[in-house]
Amino acid sequence: MDILVCVKRVPTVGGKITLTEDGQDVDTRMSGFTVSPHEECAVEEAVQITERLGGTVSVLTLGAEVAIEQLRDALALGAGRAVLLETDGREYGPIATAEAIAAEVRSGGYGLVLLGNEASDTGDYQVGIRVAHLLGWPVATGIKKLGITPTSLAASREYRGVEETFTLPLPAVVTVKEGINLPRYPSLPGRLRAKRAAVERTEVEWQAEGLRKERLRVPETIKHQAEVLGNGVDAVPDLVRVLDELGIA
Amino acid sequence: MTVLTPEGTTPPNSSAASRRALVLIELDGSSGEPIDASLRAAGLARSLGPVSAVVFGDGAVFEGGAVLEGGAVLEGGPVFESGAPSGLGATDVYLVEPSSVEGYAPVAWARVLVGLMAETGASAVLAAGTDRGNEVMAHLGAITGLPMAANCVTVSQEGPAHRLVRQRWAGLLLEDAVLEAPVALLTVASDAIAESVPAGTLSATADTSSAGPTVHVHKPDLAEADLAVRAAESAAGAGGVSLASARVVVGGGRGVGGPDGFAPLEELASLLGGVVGVSRVVTSEGWRPHRQQVGQTGTKITPELYLACGISGAIQHIAGCAGAKHIIAINTDPGAPILAHADYAVIGDLHQVVPALVAALRDRS
Ligand SMILES: Cc1cc2nc3c(=O)[nH]c(=O)nc-3n(C[C@H](O)[C@H](O)[C@H](O)COP(=O)(O)OP(=O)(O)OC[C@H]3O[C@@H](n4cnc5c(N)ncnc54)[C@H](O)[C@@H]3O)c2cc1C
Ligand SMILES: Nc1ncnc2c1ncn2[C@@H]1O[C@H](COP(=O)(O)O)[C@@H](O)[C@H]1O
Repeated sequence: MDILVCVKRVPTVGGKITLTEDGQDVDTRMSGFTVSPHEECAVEEAVQITERLGGTVSVLTLGAEVAIEQLRDALALGAGRAVLLETDGREYGPIATAEAIAAEVRSGGYGLVLLGNEASDTGDYQVGIRVAHLLGWPVATGIKKLGITPTSLAASREYRGVEETFTLPLPAVVTVKEGINLPRYPSLPGRLRAKRAAVERTEVEWQAEGLRKERLRVPETIKHQAEVLGNGVDAVPDLVRVLDELGIA
Repeated sequence: MTVLTPEGTTPPNSSAASRRALVLIELDGSSGEPIDASLRAAGLARSLGPVSAVVFGDGAVFEGGAVLEGGAVLEGGPVFESGAPSGLGATDVYLVEPSSVEGYAPVAWARVLVGLMAETGASAVLAAGTDRGNEVMAHLGAITGLPMAANCVTVSQEGPAHRLVRQRWAGLLLEDAVLEAPVALLTVASDAIAESVPAGTLSATADTSSAGPTVHVHKPDLAEADLAVRAAESAAGAGGVSLASARVVVGGGRGVGGPDGFAPLEELASLLGGVVGVSRVVTSEGWRPHRQQVGQTGTKITPELYLACGISGAIQHIAGCAGAKHIIAINTDPGAPILAHADYAVIGDLHQVVPALVAALRDRS
């Protein structure tokens, strides 16, 4: 089965997020870049499926030229082909992104498209679903367990303590979440192969969308230093009192 | 689709009067009550105009076929005994006839909203920022070609547009944005770091007319294809109380030390009527299943109490527990970041403190 995996380049966020002075972007002068854990799992899932059923894994990103770094990371993990949908560096909205991904899918003969449930940075929760509608394919989202045959798949997720399973005919779109697998680490031969691999490039036009960012802000967390009830087991009576006061115990 | 009157041609009052918000209400599978996240969405919807609520009534609501017998429902069928409509502040409730959509079918749910959007002339459609809410609204966006803003914290009207604040980075950042669309599609953050929905927003224009909402039993016109993708449900591994809706969560992190260290935490959780949640270290080490993970890439929790044991409080973890009403930390390190988010802390070894707390609680009962 030929699978397309979509990953998005985002800043690596450590202890704190800082913004650029104009509030338009995350300040990345001190940070590296990565993809969301959901998307790392999507790459791993695709590689595992083709290890079982045969086929190829293509990895796609829509972003500026620098996003080739994330394509190479995926190639090192076992993807065989890389596609850059090249932007002019601006933030492309979910509609433009989905249209560009759908166009690549139409030209590629894929049986399955895997995406993350949501991107780390924008958290739009919609690109996968929009891609599916553009293609007229069925879609399942937030998936943490995937069983697949050459003609259909069973995709499961948890919903409020209940497991929901969706059975879809192929071709299909699935968005996955961290927890579906434990991604492998890149091997040395994998890294070397990734370095040399060719990247196919297509330019994509930016388009205005109805949702327009004005600026980003760091929420003002009400940082209250905790009241220390005490040390070790001596604090337990006070802890019980607090639980009582909160109406918990 | 609703056609907007060009700006300036309508006096401000009448344009406000023509606004209506349609809100998708999710019901809890066991109680049949609207989930908190949906009440939050309804609250935000009320600040935009009169509200029509949409309820898919499988499960508890329609038990015994009461709705289909008509009269009983209009006087207060099962849904109303639970007090739901007054809690929603809706002027109208659309109960989607259960036989038309059995179980959860995301495309069908979105199609129902497409139909009701036209029927009610809604200027905004809202849902909770839950897995289902975000999913159905994304389908609605894809079907109609409209933009969709996920996980909004506040929203207000500005002429024909909506000005909103929404979460990015799982709530670690906020975005001020403008949404220009014939109909605004929004989901409402089920938690919010610090800047939660201001109290005034929630009750601003609550419809308090004593008459209660008008109830419509809605029979949607659905195609076979809309129902093709449908959830088959089975009790999940753990079952019981779900992490997302638990009243008490006992959290365990790297400090628990290994898979065997969780027994006292489980015991404490069950004494307090809660469940265990964990950090990402715990799931990536394989000590606990991923479904118990709290945080940016796990579950967002909104309990009355989060008791974080041996958890440092990394921002990706805080993104999942900032919606807790109270946080108590048990940590050996008085400088752990979690203390800056907690109301109370005990400095000490969780392997001693947790069993002692369990014993103290047992002694009392
Ligand atoms: C993209 C991304 C997404 C992420 N998503 C998540 C997420 O969803 N959820 C999440 O949790 N993390 C997430 N993380 C990871 C996060 O950054 C932290 O690495 C993780 O939360 C740390 O887990 P911890 O607090 O258990 O471990 P540590 O940070 O190692 O902290 C252990 C704590 O236990 C205390 N301790 C040790 N022994 C004891 C003892 N005997 N008694 C009491 N206290 C003790 C220590 O003082 C310390 O404070 C994510 C990271 C990234 C990059
Ligand atoms: N610029 C992009 N390039 C490639 N894939 C993307 C891009 N933006 C979003 N996606 C994919 O769509 C998923 C959902 O993104 P979103 O709807 O923006 O939250 C992500 O996890 C990615 O798999």
